[in-house]
Parts: sequence; C-alpha cells; structure tokens
Amino acid sequence: MAKFDPDVSVIGQSVARLEDPPLVRGQGRFAADVSFPGQLHMRIVRSSMPHGRIVSIDTTATLQMPGVVAVWTVADIADIPPIGFRDTRVEQLEPYRQPVLADGVVRYVGEPVAAVFADDAYRAEDAADAVIVEFEEWPSIMTADVTAEFSPGHSTEAMVVKQGYGDIEAAFGAAYAVVELDLSVGRHSGVPLETRGAIARHDAVNDIIELHGAAKVPHRNREQLARMLDRPLSSIHLFEGHVGGGFGVRGELYPEDVLVCLASLRLGQPVKWIEDRREHLIATNHSRQQRHRIKAAVDRGGQILGLDDVFFHDQGAYVRTHGARVLEMVSGMLPGPYRIPAYRIAGHYRLTNKTPCATYRSPGRYEGTFVRERMMDAVASRLGLDRVEVRRRNLISQSEMPYERDLQALGDDVIYDSGDYAGLLDRALDRIGWPALLRQVEQRRHNGELVGLGLSMFVEKSGLGPKDGVFISVDPQGDIEVVTGGASLGQGFETVIAQICAGTLGCDYRRIRVIHGQTNRIANGIGAHATRATVMTGSATQVAAWKLRDRALDAAAELLQADRADLTIADGEVRHKNQRLSPCVALGDISAWISAHPSGTDAPGGLNAEGWFHTEHMNYPYGVHIALVKVDPSTFAVKVERYLIAYDVGRAVNPMMVEGQLVGGLAQGLGGALFEEFLYDDRGEPLSVTFADYLIPTLHEIPAVEVLLTEDAPSPKNPLGIKGAGEGGVNGAGAAIASAIDDAIQCSGAVTALPVTPARLMVLMAAAPKNPAAKDRSLSVADH
Amino acid sequence: MSESLVDISLTINETEYRVSVEPRYTLADVIRHQCGLTGTHLGCEHGVCGTCNVLVDGEPVRACLMFAIQAQGAKIRTVEGLSQGDTLHALQQAFMDHHALQCGFCTPGFLMLLTGALETNPDLTDAELRDVLSSNLCRCTGYQNIILAARAGADRMKQLTSPMPETATLRPADA
Ligand code: FES
Ligand code: FES
Repeated sequence: MAKFDPDVSVIGQSVARLEDPPLVRGQGRFAADVSFPGQLHMRIVRSSMPHGRIVSIDTTATLQMPGVVAVWTVADIADIPPIGFRDTRVEQLEPYRQPVLADGVVRYVGEPVAAVFADDAYRAEDAADAVIVEFEEWPSIMTADVTAEFSPGHSTEAMVVKQGYGDIEAAFGAAYAVVELDLSVGRHSGVPLETRGAIARHDAVNDIIELHGAAKVPHRNREQLARMLDRPLSSIHLFEGHVGGGFGVRGELYPEDVLVCLASLRLGQPVKWIEDRREHLIATNHSRQQRHRIKAAVDRGGQILGLDDVFFHDQGAYVRTHGARVLEMVSGMLPGPYRIPAYRIAGHYRLTNKTPCATYRSPGRYEGTFVRERMMDAVASRLGLDRVEVRRRNLISQSEMPYERDLQALGDDVIYDSGDYAGLLDRALDRIGWPALLRQVEQRRHNGELVGLGLSMFVEKSGLGPKDGVFISVDPQGDIEVVTGGASLGQGFETVIAQICAGTLGCDYRRIRVIHGQTNRIANGIGAHATRATVMTGSATQVAAWKLRDRALDAAAELLQADRADLTIADGEVRHKNQRLSPCVALGDISAWISAHPSGTDAPGGLNAEGWFHTEHMNYPYGVHIALVKVDPSTFAVKVERYLIAYDVGRAVNPMMVEGQLVGGLAQGLGGALFEEFLYDDRGEPLSVTFADYLIPTLHEIPAVEVLLTEDAPSPKNPLGIKGAGEGGVNGAGAAIASAIDDAIQCSGAVTALPVTPARLMVLMAAAPKNPAAKDRSLSVADH
Repeated sequence: MSESLVDISLTINETEYRVSVEPRYTLADVIRHQCGLTGTHLGCEHGVCGTCNVLVDGEPVRACLMFAIQAQGAKIRTVEGLSQGDTLHALQQAFMDHHALQCGFCTPGFLMLLTGALETNPDLTDAELRDVLSSNLCRCTGYQNIILAARAGADRMKQLTSPMPETATLRPADA
C-alpha cells in the first residue's frame, strides 16, 4: 500500500503515484481521446490473403460514398520508402522491410493495402469495406522449419545470427552424457488493452507536422519519419499522451503512423486513426515464436561442459524496426546464470506469411530461459540428480563478478555487473519453504492429486546506454519541472523520476512535474524500451539534481550571507543545518533572484540545471521463479496455486511499483505459458482475432503472487545502484510452469512447447508413460 | 448516411445531452465523441474486456454493445461522475492507495463495474468480488492489487453509507 514518510528520503519509499489522479477520474489523454477540429478519419483496407499478388484495386465505388475525401494505394505514396530499422542498418535485412502500403504483393492477412480518408469514423469504415481488391493467391509458408523464395534472389531465411565461445567440439567429446531437446515457444505478444492510435496535423504556419499518440521511442521515430517523408527534423514533432500499456509492441513505427503524417500534409486536414481490436491482433507486432534444437554436454556430476543450440525464428512477413535484435538477445543471453564453458548458437531468421514479429517484454529471454531451464531439468532427470542441485552446481558465483561472457546483446558486450545467484536461490527456496512444500506435494500426490513444483532461474538485463539527459528547472513559485527524453508506457515513470529528483534535491516529490515523450521540449531522448527508463533517465535526473542543488546552495549562501557549508536543502527550502529558526529561502525565491541577478555562469531563466548520464554497459538483474501447479485430469486445465518471484533489482526506487511490475509481468508470462497463442490455419488465415480467441488471463487465472524483492547486488554501473524491473516477472514464467507441469504429471521432459493449453496437455498426458521408470520420454540421450 | 440521423437525449451523470445519432452508433462512441466524456474507454468493442463499462440505471453495461438510442430515458453514469468535486469516490481512492492501476486504461471500467456491483450488494464476499472482477481485463497489474483495492473500497463504501454507530446516535430521552 502506498505511503509517504516525509522524514526519510523519498528514494526507496512506496509513495503514491503522481500519475493516478487524472486516471481514476477519467481525465486521461489516451490516443483515442485526442481530436482536432476538422479532422479526417483514416481506415485501412487490409489484405485478406496470406500471400499473393495484387491483381487490381478498385476504389470507384468508395470514392463516391458520402464523406470520403481520398483513397490511397501504393501508387499514391510511391515516393515513400519502406519502414527501416531503428538502430543499426543491417544491409542484409533491407530487402525484407515492410512497405507502408503493399507494393504489388501481400504477405500476411492484415497487411495494409489501401487507406481511406473520410469525415467520420463510421463512414471511413463503410468506405473501406467498399474497396475491391483482387488477389492472385500464392502458396503460403506457415512454418519456420522450411525456407523458400521471399522475392527474386532472396530466400525467406534472411540471415543466420551466430555467436559462441570456447571449444564446443572438445566439450562434447569429453561429455559423460549428451542431452538433446527439441523445444518450441508459441506466438504471443504484448496485447495492451489500449489499441494503437495516431493523430497527425500539419501546422501550416510553422510548417510542422505534429504526431499525437506517440509512445516508447518518440525521438527515434521522429528521426525515422523525417527520413521517410524527406523533411527536416525540426519540421516534425511527436507527442506522447497517456499510453495504455506498451510491452514492447506499442510505439514502434508502423505503416499507419507514416500514413497519418503524410495525409495531414497532403490532404490539409488533421487525420486520426484508431486501431480496432481485430486489427491490433493481426497488424501490431507479434513475438516469441521459435523452435530450438539444443544439445548439452554434461559431466557425471551434472556440470554443463557445453551448450549447442540451433534455433528457428518465425518472423512473420517482414522485418520490422528491430532488425535482428530478438535473435541477438536470444543468442547473447541464453546461457543465463550458469557458467557454461563452451557455447555455440545459430539462429535462423526466417520469414513466413504471418503478422511480423518484434519485441515483447523480455524479448529473447522468455524464450531463452524456457529453453535453458528445460535443459537444466532434463540434465537433472537424465543424471538422476536433484533439479535444484544441478542448477546450483552450474551457477556463476558472486566472487566471479563482474563476469564477462564472450557474447553480445543489443550491440553491447555481455558483462554481468553484479549478482549473488546462489544467494537468491537460497532465499527463494527458504521463503517458499521448499522442503516442506516438497513433502506436501508428495503427500497430495499420494492422495491422487496431480500437483507439481517447478522452478527457473534467469538473468535479465537493463539500462541500455549510451546516454540520456534531463533538464530541471525551478519556477518562481517553487514548482519543479523535469524535462526528460524518456517515455512512459504506464509503468510509473513520472513518479520514479520525481522521487529521484526530490530525494536528491530535498523537496516534496509532489511538487515535481515530469515531462516525457515531447520532442519539442528536448532534443534528445531514447524513450522507454529495454527496461532502461529508471536506470538511464533516473541517473541523469540525479546528476541534474545534484547540479541544481549546488547552484541553489551557492545562491543561497550569497542571499543569506551564510557559509555555504552550513546550508542544506529540505522541503524545497535552503536552511541552516543547525539553527532551525534562522532565515531560510525557498527554491522558488532563489530562482526568481537568479533571474533578476544573472551572473556569467548561470544559464538563463533562473534556477535550473542540465544533467547527463553515460554508461558503457548494461546491468544485469536476476531472478528465481517457483511455481506450484495442479492439473485437473478431467479438463486438463492447469491451476497455478502458488507462485514466487524472487528478484534482485539492485535498488528499488519505489518497491510498490517494482512489485507491481513483477506481478503484472508474471500475468503476461503465465498467459504465454498456458493460454495465449496466435494461431493460423494451414492456408494462413489468422484464427486469433478477438479476445475470445486470444486468451489474456483474467483474475481467475492469476494466483496470489508472492514477491521477494532483494537489493543484494546494487549495480556498480550507476550511482543509485538501480537495475530495471520491467521484465523480471515475465522472464522465468514459461520455464517454471513447464517444470511444474512435468512434475505434476510425473513425466520429466513432457512439456516441450508453450503454451500448455488443455488440448496440448491432453495429448501429453495420453502419451505419458504411467511407469515412472520410463520418465525420460522426450529426451534422446546418448552416452559417451 | 446523414439522412438517418435521429435526435435523442441522454442523461449522463445527471446532465442532459441532446445529440443527433445514427441508430448504429454505440453508446460508448456517443458518450466519448458526442458528449465529450472520454473516460469511458474502448479496448475491444466486442464485449470482452470491460474497459467501456458504464452504469445504465444502476447496472454495469458494456457500452460498446449497446446502441445509444437504446439508452434514451435511462440514467447513465460514467467514471467522470464518480467523484464529488475534489472528493474522490471510495473506490477511486482505494485504487490509488493500493496501486491498482499502472497504465490506467482499464481503470474506469473496473471502477464502474465495482460501483454497480457494490451499490446493488454492499456485502459482496471476497469470492463474489473476485467473480465480479473477473469479467474485466487488465493487462498491466496482474489483478492482485485490484482485488485489494476492491476490498478496501467496498469496506469504505459500507462505512460511508451505514447509519451512524450506536454510541454516536443521541436519542432524545423518552418524552
Ligand atoms: S470495449 Fe466494450 S467490452 Fe471491450
Ligand atoms: S492498468 Fe493497464 S490495463 Fe489495467
């Protein structure tokens, strides 16, 4: 529960969020809430064909319908290039970029083919229905197990991402046993409750295009839009309002964003586009879908000598803004908390005729953790060892920190900055009462219940650099504004930044206004992605607040005719440290005084400061998940009875919000483990197009989650010691649930694919040998 | 299709709105776009998520599944009508106190759902509350804090509406 003690530093307190009051009153400003006078509504005509050639597009009837202003096909935007990659240019992937409107060929159901503009949303939808598109159907590719031709001269295998270190051949040569697994993760995604939206208007006076409804990476998208529309950077601005959940998918640059900007310019009226739920489920990024064929070489004691993985990434129809980042993260982070002396991985990046994929919360790690932790269970089972013990034997120890892997993730060398993995494992087992729980499970099993325990361990990453800056200013009334280039996707960014600023400066966090996602307020910003906001923007805020504090003390010393060393700041006032009754001066007054008496060193405009934070490497929080599940043998439903997330965040700025992130992430992780899946029929027709087909967990499916939040390994990479918390709840969920289900049905290695839907579990249980001696059904084991 | 416009009047949060609508306009769209009350959100437009919940004559209703013309003559309440000036409704306060919202997109729907359910039955048990709450979706919180907030808000609502406790009720002596 939120509470605030003004007598101790606000950094580390579970204070109430600044974001909440307008949101509980219905005064939020989400994308669909933004409207401009005279706006047009855009409706996208989408491909109904998974793969084929566009023979013709007939818009005659549409153009005659009431309220219709224009209909665009690719011919109308021939000057606009396909959507590029946000970070690094990867030449090899360029032929696979998505055009803004389909260019003669369609590659998935849902691909934008035409855009209709009308004076009313209902009319735009009617008009879009009247556009007649004729296709010539081509065979569609619905699995990444095979390759074919994508376009002349280009295979559907766009690239192979390879990493590795150590002598893998020697490791397998020396192995006591080799364990092989074939594992798959289904296609799921963030699916925020707010669908996407984009509203653009052209300010003709200043020749500036404004895009509202932006999220996640407004500054980066601004650069991209400027390039695509061939306009100067200063002639485009993005504005982020409230965002109804991001989870990786929201705020990427999509075709619709480009279209509304261009239309506002060319049609001379504001243009609004709001996605509907069906569109969201077929047009917004999907994620996760991969198949891994992994082999581990182990010694007699369960130490892993080498790990060799080949995986197939089902990308869908195009390569979107992330390029190959998910594959890089899988390959760079798969070894997790274990030592693994030799490692080789090859990720085959393959296109199929499904909705394109990109990142979803804990991208590449949810998948990698599932694969690695399934392997740890399999090794334990193969060698007849305890699951916990096998993990313990392979963990990197605290004394080995910082631990450098010869791997890369997000273009950064993977160097674990700090961590006590074994310590967290012990604390987690202790917290849940592992030995007693094992006995209870045994007892209940004896009574005929199908109950099981599972666990997973993982390393996360956060705080992607290289730099972030903020500008803090105090107005004459003493309110403080922190202008950041960060973005907020509903995770409490404003509160965290205000807490860091207030705690550093010495003022009430409620008097701080945090600006984010407004490109016209600050030139740079890398938004909110890769769990970086608290670490990067938070650290920059601290740097700026330190500077501002210094300036305030300097000025106050002069104003109060006092020795600077005797002064401190509390409650937004500079005071003498010792004499309570001596004169004090408010920060607002100092700001007014500086404005009136500018000195050569002061920036104009009163009391203010700019701060930058640079970091060379990411930091690495880590966690343990433990699940207790029960399988219903008649419905094949899996009930999660207990769930523990143990997670080390280095330092929690607001523990209540960190827990909120972890529990919320877990709900998504459980969704992916048990319910959520984008399915297609053989021809390529999407089957998961409503909330009745794509099953997000409701309250009934989420157990009472226990959270053990630790601060044992503060990051040495930033002064506050913080690590990100956005992805620790989701990361280990698939793995822990799989492990628990195996245990419940007493068949080690049974779960090889997520989600474990009742239909899948029914098949697994039908095939599961009743004889416990033949437990290793799905493991093919070769002794050496 | 402007020829099919119908003039109707809607009573929302005790204010009358006169609007011209096509019969096919949903209540949610009219509340949002024609009455300007954008606190009612749309997450699916097919009746599953509950972000569009409003109260129609005291009953929680999916405003995406009802046509505006069907709501004529009814008393409609939306999230904007919950607070009394600066004083938040007990449920609004409880949602803030218990961190029952992250992005807040689902929040108005949950608040209206609970308001309707608790005004109808102030004595909902925990199990009944869970059942009620499971008819809405939230993608951010994992629901745990929503349950806590619902319980706390329900208890507070009861306190606020229950008659003054015995000790504080001064009865005039029999006269
Ligand atoms: S928008 Fe009405 S139930 Fe989802
Ligand atoms: S708080 Fe974001 S959907 Fe509930």
